[in-house]
Amino acid sequence: MWKFIVRRLLITTPQIVLLSAIVFILAQLMPGDALTGLIDPTVKQERLEELRVQLGLDNPWYIQYRDWVAGIVQGDFGRSFIYKMDVTELIGQRIVNTIWLSVVSVFFIYAIGLPLGIISGRYNDRLIDQLITGYTYIGFATPIFIFGLIAVWIFGFVLGWFPTGGSVAPGLDPGTLEYYLSKIHHVLLPALSIALIGTVGTVQYLRSEIVDTKQRDFIITARAKGASESRVYNRHIFRNSILPIAAFFGYEIVNLINGTVLIEQIFSYPGMGNLFLESIVRRDTTVAITLVLISGIGAILGALLSDIILSMVDPRIRIK
Amino acid sequence: MGVSIVSREQTQTEIEKNNEQENKDVDSQKSSSGLVIFWKELLNDKLALVSLIFFTLVTLFVFGVSLILDQDQVVRVDLFAIYEPPSSEFWLGTDYGGRDVFGQLIIGTRNSLSIGFLVTLISGVIGVVFGVVSGYFGGHVDNFLMRIVDFFMVLPFFMLVIVFVSVAPDYNVWTFSLIMAAFLWMGIARLIRSKALQEKELDYAQASRTLGSSHFSIIFKQVLPNITSLVVVTMTLNLAANIGIESGLSFLGFGFPEDTPSLGTLLSYTTNPTTLEERWWIWLPAAILILLLMLAVRNVGEALKRAADARQRRA
Repeated sequence: MWKFIVRRLLITTPQIVLLSAIVFILAQLMPGDALTGLIDPTVKQERLEELRVQLGLDNPWYIQYRDWVAGIVQGDFGRSFIYKMDVTELIGQRIVNTIWLSVVSVFFIYAIGLPLGIISGRYNDRLIDQLITGYTYIGFATPIFIFGLIAVWIFGFVLGWFPTGGSVAPGLDPGTLEYYLSKIHHVLLPALSIALIGTVGTVQYLRSEIVDTKQRDFIITARAKGASESRVYNRHIFRNSILPIAAFFGYEIVNLINGTVLIEQIFSYPGMGNLFLESIVRRDTTVAITLVLISGIGAILGALLSDIILSMVDPRIRIK
Repeated sequence: MGVSIVSREQTQTEIEKNNEQENKDVDSQKSSSGLVIFWKELLNDKLALVSLIFFTLVTLFVFGVSLILDQDQVVRVDLFAIYEPPSSEFWLGTDYGGRDVFGQLIIGTRNSLSIGFLVTLISGVIGVVFGVVSGYFGGHVDNFLMRIVDFFMVLPFFMLVIVFVSVAPDYNVWTFSLIMAAFLWMGIARLIRSKALQEKELDYAQASRTLGSSHFSIIFKQVLPNITSLVVVTMTLNLAANIGIESGLSFLGFGFPEDTPSLGTLLSYTTNPTTLEERWWIWLPAAILILLLMLAVRNVGEALKRAADARQRRA
């Protein structure tokens, strides 16, 4: 297993280097640089040139790339010229919201997906299974943002059950009970939208795993020994079917990163995706580029996590 | 001289007759061709049949109507007719520029479908070539190419497409399709690769190699035709997904420019909360149409998938 993990880690390194190179090239292509925010009539052109030299913006690309990477390793991502603050600080405020949204979404993905998958697999081809399969079929074809739009329209505007924007009601002191309740109230609808569409894969996979496992010899043996039906399901079938689901956990991160951009926009939720779109529109290059880099590294590490879990639960992968 | 020509013609027709006879005999023995199998499967699956009819009708309608409908006229701003609710003049009302929503819906559907086809085609070609080469050669080539696929799979696709769209120097429908396709070919590459890995071990590929066929001709003339059904199935399912992705990008404002509306453009008007809350006629028809189109294409794709796999056929 360790051999596999080390080899997998060796692949991760070039992935991150390649990602950083792509992001760096994109940053060069994007209009504006660290000094764009300073351009105004009171600042002389000569002074700007001086600052450019000072910041090393006239260096050849490989030196700029080296300096950029060196800065990132030390946690210095540059400054946002719109918010006039360090990118690290700006993203720090927003990332908390996105992580909170992601955690609640992942919770719902499993809280909805596991029971539905188990019921669907256990009672396959009965009415309840057909209903669940119908749901996954439609859910699979539904784009997350259309579901989100209709959800915010019906439950946010028409019925008024949920807030339609923000991450917390204004005017509440952090730390109070109302503050936390308001945070939960604000996150529920976006998280449920992500989860109801995102869990479809889990349900389908778990169902086919269980239907598959049901017919294995060791299940027949367990039944022959006289194990009760609930014991067969809980101890034998479920345990075997749940492992690959656990391994997909890391890939959920990759999906979430793509999904939150759309969902945060629909629910005007102040997270990373929202900040990303705003910084693209307002040409705040340093912020946009840093967000791409962070999301990319997050996704690469998520995939790494999945493969490591998979190698732990499935011995066949280790041998390869 | 003349006599010989006649006799040659005679023999020619005789041979043809014989051939026809033989063909008939063979036909009665061999299993029906791919198209026939698919047709049988469709007739058996009413949902897929209805989906195919629906999709064909919508496609014919939007392409037909947009021949007479002038795109410039539809997107022309009319300040005297802002936010009109549905009426006999404007079937689905008007948007913030007084533009007819129904006309935009038709043109939007046409544009969404066109870009869907284009992106599916480009990403399909890249994916198929990548996959079949990787699977056919195997070993180090395969290992290297698959690491590239792995890398693309974990990239934050949505963000990168948005960045590329915002920096693309000459931005139009073609660059947009290329950018989208550049991040959407990996799934099909993986699938085709695993199939090509099995296929190249079969006797016909080995025999062809022994007879001296070049790798190129084995890959593209022999292996590829044998996995066509898989390619068709995957591309159909991808088409459904690509329509959704395109409308998602247009919804965020990083798809089509506003003078070439897509279905996502109509949804993007919901960034104005009042539109989302009160003027449902602007965005809800587009949302429902995207859903129906994606479901229809998917239904057809699933039927194709069953037809391609003899074990799953219902017919």
